Amino acid sequence: MSSSLLSLAIWVPILGAFVVFAAGNAQNLARWAALITAIAGFAVTVPLYLGFDVTQAGMQFVEQRAWIPRFNIEYFLGVDGISVLFILLNSFITILVVIAGWEVIKDKVAQYMGAFLIMSGVMNGIFSALDAVLFYVFFEASLIPMYIIIGVWGGPNRVYAAFKFFLYTLLGSLLMLIALIYLFLASGGSFNLLEWHQLRIEMTPQILLFLAFLVAFAVKVPMWPVHTWLPDAHVEAPTGGSVVLAAIMLKLGAYGFLRFSLPIAPDASQYLAPMMIALSLIAVIYIGFVALVQLDMKKLIAYSSISHMGFVTLGFFIFNQLGVEGALVQMISHGFVSGAMFLCVGVMYDRMHSRQIADYGGVANTMPKFAGFFMLFAMANAGLPATSGFVGEFMVILGAIKFNFWIGFAAATTLVLGAAYTLWMYKRVIFGPVANAHVAELTDINSREFLFLAVLAACVLAMGIYPFPFTEVMHASVDNLLKHVAVSKL
Amino acid sequence: MKLLYLIVPFAPLLGALIAGLFSKAIGRTGAHVVTILGVATSFIASVIIFRDVMAGNTFNGDLYTWLESGGLSLKIGFLIDPLTAVMMIVVTFVSLMVHIYTIGYMAHDEDNWPADSKAGTHSYQRFFAYISLFTFSMLMLVMSNNFVQLFFGWEAVGLVSYLLIGFWSNRPTAIYANLKAFLVNRVGDFGFLLGIGLIAAYAGSLDYATVFGKAKELAAMTETVTGWPLITAICIGLFIGAMGKSAQFPLHVWLPDSMEGPTPISALIHAATMVTAGIFMVSRMSPLFELSDTALSMVIIVGAITTLFMALIAIVSTDIKRVVAYSTLSQLGYMTMALGASAYSVAIFHLMTHAFFKAVLFLGAGSVIIAMHHEQDMRRMGGLRKYMPITYATVLIGAIANAGLPPFAGFFSKDSIIMAVQASQIPGATFAYICALAAVFIGGLYSFRLVFFAFHGKERFREAAHGHGHDDHGHGHHAVHEPHESPKVVTIPLILLAIPAIASGWVIGSFLYGNWFGDAIVVDPAHGAMAQLKAGFTGVFGMIAHGVVTLPFWLALSGAVLAWFLYIVRPDLPAVIKKKAGFLVTILEKKYGLDDFNEWFFAGGARGVGRGLWKGGDQALIDGVAVNGSARLVGWFAGVLRWIQSGHIYQYAFSMIIGVFVLLTLWMNRA
Repeated sequence: MSSSLLSLAIWVPILGAFVVFAAGNAQNLARWAALITAIAGFAVTVPLYLGFDVTQAGMQFVEQRAWIPRFNIEYFLGVDGISVLFILLNSFITILVVIAGWEVIKDKVAQYMGAFLIMSGVMNGIFSALDAVLFYVFFEASLIPMYIIIGVWGGPNRVYAAFKFFLYTLLGSLLMLIALIYLFLASGGSFNLLEWHQLRIEMTPQILLFLAFLVAFAVKVPMWPVHTWLPDAHVEAPTGGSVVLAAIMLKLGAYGFLRFSLPIAPDASQYLAPMMIALSLIAVIYIGFVALVQLDMKKLIAYSSISHMGFVTLGFFIFNQLGVEGALVQMISHGFVSGAMFLCVGVMYDRMHSRQIADYGGVANTMPKFAGFFMLFAMANAGLPATSGFVGEFMVILGAIKFNFWIGFAAATTLVLGAAYTLWMYKRVIFGPVANAHVAELTDINSREFLFLAVLAACVLAMGIYPFPFTEVMHASVDNLLKHVAVSKL
Repeated sequence: MKLLYLIVPFAPLLGALIAGLFSKAIGRTGAHVVTILGVATSFIASVIIFRDVMAGNTFNGDLYTWLESGGLSLKIGFLIDPLTAVMMIVVTFVSLMVHIYTIGYMAHDEDNWPADSKAGTHSYQRFFAYISLFTFSMLMLVMSNNFVQLFFGWEAVGLVSYLLIGFWSNRPTAIYANLKAFLVNRVGDFGFLLGIGLIAAYAGSLDYATVFGKAKELAAMTETVTGWPLITAICIGLFIGAMGKSAQFPLHVWLPDSMEGPTPISALIHAATMVTAGIFMVSRMSPLFELSDTALSMVIIVGAITTLFMALIAIVSTDIKRVVAYSTLSQLGYMTMALGASAYSVAIFHLMTHAFFKAVLFLGAGSVIIAMHHEQDMRRMGGLRKYMPITYATVLIGAIANAGLPPFAGFFSKDSIIMAVQASQIPGATFAYICALAAVFIGGLYSFRLVFFAFHGKERFREAAHGHGHDDHGHGHHAVHEPHESPKVVTIPLILLAIPAIASGWVIGSFLYGNWFGDAIVVDPAHGAMAQLKAGFTGVFGMIAHGVVTLPFWLALSGAVLAWFLYIVRPDLPAVIKKKAGFLVTILEKKYGLDDFNEWFFAGGARGVGRGLWKGGDQALIDGVAVNGSARLVGWFAGVLRWIQSGHIYQYAFSMIIGVFVLLTLWMNRA
């Protein structure tokens, strides 16, 4: 099947970004150009879902051209049931980010919007690249717009946070580069990921490869103990930056496990699974406790993200369909829910210029509509059934119990912990009597804010009430992956 | 027929959505009309379905496939059998009464909010939306034919309970109570989810019929990792869920605090319906529980502890709603004991009669609270019977039923439970029987204490004018108001609920002994309590005749007489007793110290652990040691991060990027 939909998904936002840049100081023009680009960027991804053949496990919408023939580097794109939903999610979130920044960003509007559009295109590139060099270029390139977003539009400590973010993630990817080069040599000069999946590799190199990829991806997820950059980055990032960071960027690492670690080093994956499971459970429980005592709302949600991403890595390494599909569902759901949570904090921050829980209290009295939305997202974050937050956690817990009762037991503690940190924050911020004069002066959400919160609310509920269409897409590819991982490559 | 099944849950949902989302447009009248219409429709449909089920038409079918993964096909669907039908009638009827009652109770809700609070603007509509949403959730729970939907309903009723306990969100006590309720319930749900997970893992399905069909196989299995007998592990997990929702010791701690919510929801959610979800669930799971004597033992012991120890607290509480709340806990303990004795149908029978008489008690208490201008302390009441005759009469009916005196509804169900526990051979049954008898005496005492304390004796509200009320909301008046009977929207539901509180016990013959539940409830022949009861049953009058010559009746009666003596004849005595037995009273008033312990150990402990991990783990160890020192562990890593602090990071970052590209370029050009 030949098609250029994936190229469009990548290049429409990136090229659109340059149109937006061209708008320069014409702020409204820049905003509208960005919105149209974002919508167009999403529109070209819709046929990917509609035209997706759920019975097929392999790559679809494949585009394969020579790029640097001398090294067999190709412009090779394709999606399967694992990656296709992330392209849609990414393009969709981009629209919301543009709307969320609409009148809030007053400084360098064109550059701000453009950075997000480039980011969006680049991340579509990551999710669809099937050539290792192409992947690596996109993977590294994604750092730059985010680095700029935090560094230019971020909070007072933004420079420190931007560097910490940049270094942590860059360090990780260096080891990955070495792994890629090794695989290039081992495969006799190919960067084709699908060929790499079939490569026979001895146990020791497999383990080394796995560890190299692990460092790169664990930083992105982020997994404990390389997670400390995330709270800092979130705190300093502008709202849109936090949304993209949480909703999409955190998924890159997890996606990497499925595209690289598991299929390329299946024996090492199995061998090291206990370690991965242990790290995941530490993320769920340890980070859950840490989230409980946060004083800054964004830090709290950042820690909650780490904890939720623990479910993702846990789901991957229990090697059953419930686990892997649950993890994928959790990734998408987390895109909606954490995005919405950061937008909610942004709505309050825009009015109060504070993220400290202690500065709030009784917001329901002045912003009842907002309180309603925030309640829904908080409940989704706590994994309430009928919201998307439940589905993935439920699947992973079921999968974990099937794998080993005690692992399921440890994972299920999130039921209590997740509710505790989310609802305790909600209580202190939203409920209670009006805490101070600033809260008394708050105005409820405007129609622009209502729009993006309502859209996300609809997504969260739809995915909770009817997750079938999401998992249906994944079955064939996940099944294939699990079969692949079960076969030794020694 | 299928459309009718859909109408039952979705009519209230529609009402809730309209009242909640368009509160401004439809106004107060619109909100209560649309929600009452929704629930009334649901009630009528439930009655039609009930008759149909009586005629033998049960139904088990799916609505849609929610999810498929890993060989599990999870569907949303309905199971309509006698057990469901009873629950549907109870839920929709009590809900309808509570909806009507709410018109009166919440009529002046704006007084409960600060004048400029926008949350209070449409609070009336919001309240109706919530209780209709609750009705939907509860119906989804009881009508489910699978564990996923059960869990959905389970959590959804928990959500609405949370929203309603904290309805008056400006009150610190209310938002403390709702968070506590949610979290304690989540502890129960933790066990519940593990139970469901084990079922999914070993039965490969979460559909009731399929799982029950495999019950015998499951009973023969062992959990592979833990080595536990599988069926026992499953049942204990599920029962821990029930302990949370149905407030069984030690997860009962949330229920008394839930009284912070408006009274209509205390009646609907925290007495008649939601808290009985655990009882319903265990009954529904009878094909599983019957296969584990260990689990049944646990059930009967937990129920017994709850029954007795919660009843004791009801004696010392002076808050009228809390007395009813502790009495609810005790009654839930009875139901749980019945489950443990494999007398599931008796538990459901008591669930039904209790729903009626406890709703009467709560709504009666609410009526008193309205009359007393939101005063809940019985020490400031007394002598109310001549001012509020209808409320008095209905509360009296509720109290008699609660105490279990014939021929009121509670007698039949409670006596049956005691007989079943007596007949049960499950380990722990003897202990439970002793607890049950003691609780009967105490039940008589606290029930009539409430009646005499609040409605008889001196009119203490005349001297109470000096202090502030329990929920002072800015009335600022200190003058004595003559209490007066509540409006018709309040008294009519009271009367309509009082009728089944008297009469619903009379259906005992067909309900318990007429094989009415059919296949919906399974009892293993080895658990003979029900068979024994059936053999000894001699009809309603026979049961009354037998009842008045047995111990429970005389215990309940002596409890009532003691209450009469202490609160009518010698009202000075309680204070003397309190002084003499100060230590015991303090233990009860402190609720056995459980709240303090939980606050200190769990809440405080969790925060301590969190702070320790954050400061010690993240900040000191990871950012501190890994960043600053310990080169031996991650030397290179730490070395790089030292750059952050030395200020050269800027150069470093860019030399890094440059390095990468140079490396790439070199690599490419080499070949």
